[in-house]
Amino acid sequence: MYIAGGETLFVQHLGITGARTLDYFKKHMTGYRAAQKAAGMTTEAIIDEVKRSWLRGRGGAGFPTGTKWSFVPKTTAQKYLVCNADESEPGTFKDRAIIRNMPHMLVEGMIIAARAIGASRGYIYIRGEYEEEAGILEEALKEARDAGQLGKVDIFVHRGAGAYICGEETGLLNSLEGLRGEPRDKPPFPAVKGAFDGPTVVNNVETLACIPSIIMNGGAWFAGLGRIEKSGGTRLVGVSGQVNRPGLYEIPAGGATIREIIYDICGGIADDRQLRAVIPGGSSTPPLSADEIDVVYDIEPLACAGSMLGSAAMIVVSEDYCLVRLLERIVLFYERESCGQCTPCREGVAWARKILSRIERGTGTDRDISLLLSVADSINGKALCALGDAAALPIMGFVKKFRADFEAHVRGGRCPGA
Amino acid sequence: MARLSEKFHACLHELSGRYPARRALLLPALHMAQKEIGWLPPDVIGEIAAALEIHPAKVVETASFYTMFNLGPVGRHDVRVCTNVSCSLRGAERILEHCERKLGISAGETTADGRITLHDEECLGACGTAPAMSVDGKYHENLDLLEVDRILEGLH
Ligand SMILES: Cc1cc2nc3c(=O)[nH]c(=O)nc-3n(C[C@H](O)[C@H](O)[C@H](O)COP(=O)(O)O)c2cc1C
Ligand code: FES
Repeated sequence: MYIAGGETLFVQHLGITGARTLDYFKKHMTGYRAAQKAAGMTTEAIIDEVKRSWLRGRGGAGFPTGTKWSFVPKTTAQKYLVCNADESEPGTFKDRAIIRNMPHMLVEGMIIAARAIGASRGYIYIRGEYEEEAGILEEALKEARDAGQLGKVDIFVHRGAGAYICGEETGLLNSLEGLRGEPRDKPPFPAVKGAFDGPTVVNNVETLACIPSIIMNGGAWFAGLGRIEKSGGTRLVGVSGQVNRPGLYEIPAGGATIREIIYDICGGIADDRQLRAVIPGGSSTPPLSADEIDVVYDIEPLACAGSMLGSAAMIVVSEDYCLVRLLERIVLFYERESCGQCTPCREGVAWARKILSRIERGTGTDRDISLLLSVADSINGKALCALGDAAALPIMGFVKKFRADFEAHVRGGRCPGA
Repeated sequence: MARLSEKFHACLHELSGRYPARRALLLPALHMAQKEIGWLPPDVIGEIAAALEIHPAKVVETASFYTMFNLGPVGRHDVRVCTNVSCSLRGAERILEHCERKLGISAGETTADGRITLHDEECLGACGTAPAMSVDGKYHENLDLLEVDRILEGLH
């Protein structure tokens, strides 16, 4: 399930019985020694170390973590640290693996992060479907609390209940407060006014799980694990779809191209078929075609290639699957998950999905393809949060790169390959 | 005529120390109540509202946002087949069709004997071990039709 090149932080602990216990954590990982070290550091020193590490948020946007922490005002107000364990972007399954196999690494990261931003309370917001994982976290927190490791920070698990939008940080905060998970208007940003109106930092599970080794070994060490500028550490890459060996892998940040990941690490395309498309970072990221896969798999190179790294969830599609059907399914997801607050997203995404369904069934017209693009264009950048873009960008990407497939559906009523 | 157990109210009380605002107990309360009753009938909604000192309409407002909260009755078992992209690329459509045929219902429906409610589910976060489904909250991964049969036959 997991290989890598170079030093790894995570994969060596996957699938090992007992890895989630405090005992194993003490023997084979940082074992709360990083939290002890951080307790002797000033908050500025911790933040500087994280800045030096070039750790960038693993939740999707890639924002530098140390910088995010430095936005929290130094007031006496009650502050909060929130771990985003909502993990609902289709294709993404890395946080679940961290929680199942190394929950203490996350807890230790949270203790350190809480100290850095001056928060005495933390919440782990975990998607409702991860019921077993919520239990694992409760268990780990109890072990840590009983062993006196939590110190002055209290950390609690809060379960969501099936709503993708609660992964968006302000939707998450509303959900934590017992409200509908509707994203808030920004500004104010959570760093100023977040959970229960207090200054709040929201970080992804993997982001926080990187913190103990940064404090233990130094920011420079972590930055050095990355193979490109401005991106430190390793990266958990979840590969799914039509490859021979789907699963979770760990690579140095920027340490492999998409081609290497698909063919060297994942054993190539299933059933000896040809590669058709790669969705590089979760279903909201624009696709790349088979001749674009020599791009290095990290934030900046993918942005230059017109797509995004997102949550490093790579979905691989062979010539065997209809791309129109695939896009219809992607857009159906965002239609179902739109919170309904703003018109471009609520109406636009539903409309786009209806057009796609027509095209897929062979009852669309040539005009539908341009209509689809214009609907996508009127969603993109115009919705209250990024969920609208998450539907619009793949629409624009798929139609631009695979327009012939859409035209064949319209003219021949079916897939060119079928 | 309280329908929720003393244990429910005791747990709620215990959790109250976790949050600076009482309203934040709503999601935990809904989860616990549904675990006890199976779904969230109006009197249970009323009991939660009273415990949290908010209007029942506020409870429904929140609960109705989340797909995991059942505001109507459901089957004894909750079967959710993921049909999102990564699972579809590995045969999820066949798995859902198979369940529908075997149970004689469409996704979103409950069998006449009240045994199973079947859902066409979004990504479960098990894409690397697709296709996947969850049954009463427990995950089953790397599914094939034989395995699906075995799982469904085990539900009474
Ligand atoms: C619609 C939407 C869904 C999101 N879902 C998640 C998610 O499931 N998990 C996550 O960590 N971040 C998610 N994010 C990103 C968060 O808003 C936020 O940027 C992230 O949790 C910050 O953590 P990081 O800086 O450590 O990456 C989502 C964003 C949007 C717009
Ligand atoms: S797509 Fe089915 S679990 Fe992710």
